[in-house]
Amino acid sequence: MKRRRFVGWSLAVIPLKVLGQANAHISTTDPLVFAITKGKPVNPGRVKLELPSLAENGHSVAMTVKVESPMSAADHVRAIHLISAKNPVREMATFYLGAHSGRAEVGSRIRLNGTQRMVAVAELSDGSFWSDAVMIEVREAACTDGG
Amino acid sequence: MALARIQVPRETKRGELVEVRIVIQHPMETGYRRDAGERVPRNAIHSFACRYNGAEVFRATLSTGIAANPFLRFYFRAVDSGELDFWWLDDDEKEGTAKARLVVL
Repeated sequence: MKRRRFVGWSLAVIPLKVLGQANAHISTTDPLVFAITKGKPVNPGRVKLELPSLAENGHSVAMTVKVESPMSAADHVRAIHLISAKNPVREMATFYLGAHSGRAEVGSRIRLNGTQRMVAVAELSDGSFWSDAVMIEVREAACTDGG
Repeated sequence: MALARIQVPRETKRGELVEVRIVIQHPMETGYRRDAGERVPRNAIHSFACRYNGAEVFRATLSTGIAANPFLRFYFRAVDSGELDFWWLDDDEKEGTAKARLVVL
């Protein structure tokens, strides 16, 4: 009975621990992510990557990335990196911001080579990393034909 | 090449956030496209910067992952009236520039 209770508790506790863990949503051993973070942990949260859940084609998809930050001289966002899981060029863009930006929000239009997971990693002035990952379904990929 | 459409408010109050929108006319060739069997070489804007009265307010490194006729929207806090200077560089080493005036009341 004791063993059975122990197994029950383990099953209940382990998934909760995984959810609250840093790095659980992003691969920090990915060479591209590692080049940005130099092995530091990437925390989930603070970053909001806004993309439609579905795009008819991947030629031009509206994208907005926001970071919760007071954008003061002491606490601001230094850079936002946009990483694609499936594009031939995975490092899509890097936006460099500072205290003078006033608001950590950047918008653009991106190309997507098919249904994939998009990741935005923000680098803060205190050296910490935060990120958000979003799944986007793309019906017709860019890159494959036409351009 | 140097065609860009910029949207900034004409006037703003001191210390207020200014939204800057810019669309640059550029094909952002991926290098994967074929035109009549010939491969079109890659040519994309890879560097973009915006200065306000000489001080950098925004910088970006772009790639072919940005759609043709790249659009960028960002914010900055304006303290004095002045000129926004946009600059970009593509894979053909061609530079582009654009300017916009902003009056701070």
